[in-house]
Amino acid sequence: MAYSHYILVCGGTACESSSSKLIFENLKKEAKDLGVENEVQIVQTGCFGFCEKGPIVKVLPEDSFYVNVKPEDAHDIIAEQIVKGREVPRLLYDKEKKSAADVSDIPFYKKQVRIVLRNCGVINPENMEEYIARDGYVALEKALFEMKPQDIVDEIKKSGLRGRGGAGFPTGLKWEAGLKATSKDGIKYVVCNADEGDPGAYMDRSTIEGDPHSILEAMTICGRAIGSHKGFIYIRAEYPLAVHRLEVAMEQSHKAGLLGKNILGSGFDFDIEIRLGAGAFVCGEETALLRSIEGKRGMPTPKPPFPAQAGLWGEPTVINNVETWANIPVILTKGADWFSKIGDADSKGTKVFALTGKIANSGLVEVPMGTTLREIIFEIGGGCKNGKKFKGVQTGGPSGGIISSAELDTPIDYGALIRMGSMMGSGGMIVMDEDDCVVDVAKFYMDFCVDESCGKCSPCRIGTRQMATILDKITRGNGTMQDLQKLQDIGSAMKTCSLCALGQSAPNPTLSTIKKFPEEYLAHIKDKKCPSGKCKHLMQFTIDAEKCIGCGACMRNCPVEAITNNPANEVKPNKKLAWKVINQSKCIKCGSCMNTCKFSAITKK
Amino acid sequence: MTLEELRKLRGNVKSEIEKRDTEGKTIEVIVGMGTCGIASGAKETFNAFVKEIDAKGLGKSVLLRQTGCMGMCANEPTVEVVVPGMPRVIYGNVKAPVAKDIVEKHLIGHELLDKLILDRPAADIITNK
Repeated sequence: MAYSHYILVCGGTACESSSSKLIFENLKKEAKDLGVENEVQIVQTGCFGFCEKGPIVKVLPEDSFYVNVKPEDAHDIIAEQIVKGREVPRLLYDKEKKSAADVSDIPFYKKQVRIVLRNCGVINPENMEEYIARDGYVALEKALFEMKPQDIVDEIKKSGLRGRGGAGFPTGLKWEAGLKATSKDGIKYVVCNADEGDPGAYMDRSTIEGDPHSILEAMTICGRAIGSHKGFIYIRAEYPLAVHRLEVAMEQSHKAGLLGKNILGSGFDFDIEIRLGAGAFVCGEETALLRSIEGKRGMPTPKPPFPAQAGLWGEPTVINNVETWANIPVILTKGADWFSKIGDADSKGTKVFALTGKIANSGLVEVPMGTTLREIIFEIGGGCKNGKKFKGVQTGGPSGGIISSAELDTPIDYGALIRMGSMMGSGGMIVMDEDDCVVDVAKFYMDFCVDESCGKCSPCRIGTRQMATILDKITRGNGTMQDLQKLQDIGSAMKTCSLCALGQSAPNPTLSTIKKFPEEYLAHIKDKKCPSGKCKHLMQFTIDAEKCIGCGACMRNCPVEAITNNPANEVKPNKKLAWKVINQSKCIKCGSCMNTCKFSAITKK
Repeated sequence: MTLEELRKLRGNVKSEIEKRDTEGKTIEVIVGMGTCGIASGAKETFNAFVKEIDAKGLGKSVLLRQTGCMGMCANEPTVEVVVPGMPRVIYGNVKAPVAKDIVEKHLIGHELLDKLILDRPAADIITNK
């Protein structure tokens, strides 16, 4: 079949929730109606990463990059571009340029290096042949037929790859421990941690949705390296599309003999099972995750013994995060030397970040280690939304800390983030602008940790609760200077005494905001003011009697009937109706009056 | 699947997926597919190019795409060929069988097909600005 065009439609969860599925179906239907179904191949592919402008549709070979596409645009794309060979300028990312904007010229993609996301947005994730065509399973061939287990481990060690799940433990060392560990009954396990729970992080989901075979291939390679024949993928039940794509991929690899008994005729057996997590944040911690796979309550156990010595059911287990796995096939295919040239001295390769929050281009970005935050947030991310002033960025979710604008030029790697009081975590980046209050942010993450603490060890169980209570007190304007000291004392105790990383890192957002934005805490405590106007107990809505025309729109909208005419029912000389006032004791500070007022008569202080 | 079968499959599907790449392709073949072009058989010409480029294993280096009417409807189908180090050329009256000649002589042999060359339309009047 001779196709003249290829249309790639994003099929990631983000775009699918903005009806990319309907776009895909409409394109197929239009192509059929206009009689060009044999000339264009329409492929549903993985996440392009540019979620801010989704749904994304890319047409090849023109390389037309269409953004914010709607289902009804399908007709124009087919009728104009496929039938007549003309692009649809109104949908192009770069409307000013007449010709197609080359994707690599879009600032969002310019600075990126795609290794983990190499196939996302290029192949159809439900078609194994397309993965194979992009050098899929070449690494497995090498691992099975050309390399000895020790060679594989050495290659990974040489590459300098570090765990992408957060802590950054060298992957090669982990595998070596797995290889050397002895098991009485000869059973070892390989586990993929796809329990991505950080608020605002979705790189693992997108990787699985866009390129599921890369995970299967990598796990099989590890099985061969450490002498394991059984793998588990522990994935959140909240990721139905990712689970579906994994199931499809596993079925295909079984049929093709790339998974199961006697893989590719090598005599090596390896099989994988999927286990669904029920959504507890602590199950992303490796020992808790292993307990959960065993069918027990997901609670961490002390290390050592490390999973590589005694993991799943007491057997040696190598457990890595999705993004780590996705790097493995590339390292074996292109070699450790190639891989270790990317990145900086401390950390090799690339890192995928999920940009969210108050950023102009939210989405997935993959950059070499050592890229500065300024490049990521301002050059790729386009800076803060609506031209607001940048305040800080939270990396590593509830386990990380805030990074202020003074630190923007620090190259990002594992070591640098720790030195800034944060951590890599899974790579979520939540951008905050001048409207965000750091105390409120610290409180949000602490509340999250209170909910997610498993309760096994007291520093975490009691510490998170106490810190959350104090933070709440400060946001209500009742905080004292002793409270600030108490937060730091409890925080440092939790860091040293908690059993697992959840408790050890839970104080990070609070401690780093106290360190970097002390003036905001002081404003809450001493002046009883929230500088950004976020803490509703510390602000008031007031109506300017001069500006108010007395229309009563705010009155009708107020959910608690806190707005009335002024007590004397007075009318200003140049107005027809009495001006309104807000009863502060009734007001719940929802802000709906301010949003309703057409005369900017209501202010928040 | 055995190792040999996997390698064979990869070889077969690779050229298909390479067509989606736009990077690193230095040769461009652009077929004029306005109404006039299509009416004169540009679709068959296009398909002939696809087939021929596949047959010669050029999928990795040739970007084959279509465009609208080039403005020389009397000579449709028109095809523009860009090969690095050679002048940009527009061929006219490229019926399907001629596609094979263009691939063999121009793309591989680096030799122009003199008889079919048309001038760029009024290059002195139409500029890119």
